[in-house]
Amino acid sequence: MHTGLTDTEIIGRVLKGERQLFSELVTRYQNYVFTLVLRFTDNREDAEEVSQDVFVKTYRSLADFRGDSKFTTWLYTIARTTCITFLRKKKLETTSIDNERTMVQLENQESSFKANIIEQKSRTAMVNEAIQLLSPDDAQIITLFYKAEQSLEEMGQILGMEPNTIKVKLHRARHRLKEKMEKHFSNEVRELQND
Amino acid sequence: MKYGNYKTINNLTDDQNNWAELGNNNIQLIKQKIMDTLQDTEERLWNYIDGVCNAEEKSAIEKLIDSNIEWQHKYRELLQLNEIINSSDLEVPSMRFTKNVMEEIARFQVAPAAKNYIDKKIIWGIGTFFLTMIIGILIYAFVQIHLTSSGGDSGVSGVINKYNPGNVPWTKYFSNTYVNVFIMINVVLGLLFFDKYLHRKKDQSKQKEA
Repeated sequence: MHTGLTDTEIIGRVLKGERQLFSELVTRYQNYVFTLVLRFTDNREDAEEVSQDVFVKTYRSLADFRGDSKFTTWLYTIARTTCITFLRKKKLETTSIDNERTMVQLENQESSFKANIIEQKSRTAMVNEAIQLLSPDDAQIITLFYKAEQSLEEMGQILGMEPNTIKVKLHRARHRLKEKMEKHFSNEVRELQND
Repeated sequence: MKYGNYKTINNLTDDQNNWAELGNNNIQLIKQKIMDTLQDTEERLWNYIDGVCNAEEKSAIEKLIDSNIEWQHKYRELLQLNEIINSSDLEVPSMRFTKNVMEEIARFQVAPAAKNYIDKKIIWGIGTFFLTMIIGILIYAFVQIHLTSSGGDSGVSGVINKYNPGNVPWTKYFSNTYVNVFIMINVVLGLLFFDKYLHRKKDQSKQKEA
């Protein structure tokens, strides 16, 4: 279903009772939200569940959207808070897991990425895996800037920071991403450079 | 003599150590300087690539890229990274995702806007309460002032003397911890409201510009 309506028009009509139109917003932004959420979660199942939760929360609080900012900026703010709540809840559930197990998991993750260097990857998979190796904060900043097409000011609204701080954080995140790519995907990077 | 020799040797060793230390410090400083320059170059180039630098800075960077090989090399490197990140696709959830969301929201209603269910009367009530408290405290403080004048003062000069702020023992009335805490809370609240007001003004002007 492609209505050609703007986000604000869709919201207005959903609030008037055309609930089905909300699916247009879900279709439009599900990939963006899912990508952003995936930066916080370990696996796709959790990411899908959290993303679903994001859209449900968005629907329920649709009347609170004042239109001061872009709908996506508001949506990503909800996505971020939902992810933080999810992580907090998960941390509480796994308090019994000691650091050793976490370390083993991290080591496994690292070694699996090292093993993957041998494989030839598509550009998308390589970048996504490299982003996944970053901290959630770095990963979400890169995702918001490159994938969600948010300006520094909009990112400031979502993350509750000044645009200048975001600019510095973005520089650092990109620097770290470059390091990760050179470390774990050196072959692919070299190949891309030769293309 | 022996002692003198020992002292000389000791001084020499100290000097050598100092020189070595100085050398190390210099190397560290040079390294740090190189790192800072590299970081600065990267930061300026990223600003140029992102298009967030002003016209003056833009032309300065363009000149540097044209004339300096190091800058040229770094620019190409960063541009390539930018393209690689940009060209990657978004992650895609399962095919049933939209359907699942629509099934889920069928169980819910859109909640009324927060501004509708937050009663303005309550906000006004809280505001009035704080205002009354402030006025009350001020009245109490003024009542406590003993309006006595030193003998002989009468007429207008006596009244001025009584109400002269310099003669009022302010510390006596404002040294109470509770009063200070109360005033602090009000000041913080006032600053918060003022900050919020300024932010709103800033956003409104930005929207107008856009």
